[in-house]
Amino acid sequence: MPAKLIEREMRTENLPHIWCPGCSHGSTMRALCQAIENAGLERKNTIIVSGIGCSSRAVGYLNFDTIHTTHGRALAFATGIKLAKPQLNVIVLTGDGDISAIGGNHLIHACRRNIGITCIVLNNNIYGMTGGQYSPTTPSGDYATTAPYGNIDRDFDIPLLAKSAGATFTARVTAYGINEAIKVMERAIRHKGFSVVDVASICPSYYGRKNKKGDVVKMLQWQRDNSVPVKAAEKMSKEELQGKIITGIFNDEQYPEYTDEYEKIIERAGGR
Amino acid sequence: MKKLVTDTSWCKGCGICAAFCPREVLKIIEDKVFVEKEENCIRCGQCELRCPDYAIWLEEDKNE
Repeated sequence: MPAKLIEREMRTENLPHIWCPGCSHGSTMRALCQAIENAGLERKNTIIVSGIGCSSRAVGYLNFDTIHTTHGRALAFATGIKLAKPQLNVIVLTGDGDISAIGGNHLIHACRRNIGITCIVLNNNIYGMTGGQYSPTTPSGDYATTAPYGNIDRDFDIPLLAKSAGATFTARVTAYGINEAIKVMERAIRHKGFSVVDVASICPSYYGRKNKKGDVVKMLQWQRDNSVPVKAAEKMSKEELQGKIITGIFNDEQYPEYTDEYEKIIERAGGR
Repeated sequence: MKKLVTDTSWCKGCGICAAFCPREVLKIIEDKVFVEKEENCIRCGQCELRCPDYAIWLEEDKNE
């Protein structure tokens, strides 16, 4: 018999999961379950949507109504679900490639609409499932199977991108800071409007190995030693912040939510 | 008092629990978690929070 939280929130018959030894997706999925319970969401009113990639496999293990969609389109499916049934709590679980490359357009438009969806990005800076290709969040200069001489692209800062596009709650947590991750995910779930939580994750099998980051323990220790809370980061120079992970909540604002506004349109058009 | 429980069939031997245990209670032996010094455990639950495979956790001791 596994731990009570796991028994309550996961399809234990599908466990152990397929993720590599030390992959932080497992502890993040547990943290999300804790955040869902802390936020008091009911199973019958909650749906979890994922795209494609290592992270998106999570929906196979979560004991909720879940939908495993096509690559990059988790937010498109989630938008449809939220519009059809605005009373549902819609959570999107996605990865860095899924959300910022293939689904980049869906991300910015979900942000712009401020639709009531919680988007959790398991950002491990690489395409793990397909063999370690660089993603839009692979840091410049880092290595991947498709960047054997170093990546020349600049990397996306997902919360910053989301905030600029109009998301009303954006945050970053780390796989090391798992207690903070639970608290921030709970706030993101409770937020009315579009919320994005970027979870700095570790991929020991591809990103770690390609960039000689050491074993999983070293990767987590690196996160511990290189995380800077957003308040402290505000007082630091660009040079000092080079290679650091800025953590915390970047914005938490109120703005009319999309399905509420759509409901008003229906009323105005005489549809109710 | 809570009891430390493991399920080694789910353990992938990553070593995160042993490395981040503040009291060196845990050890990895042949790629599986082993509770070596249970008497030192302070029930902080760090291992349960960090284990990616849900192979270690604290639970109420039913014998008490």
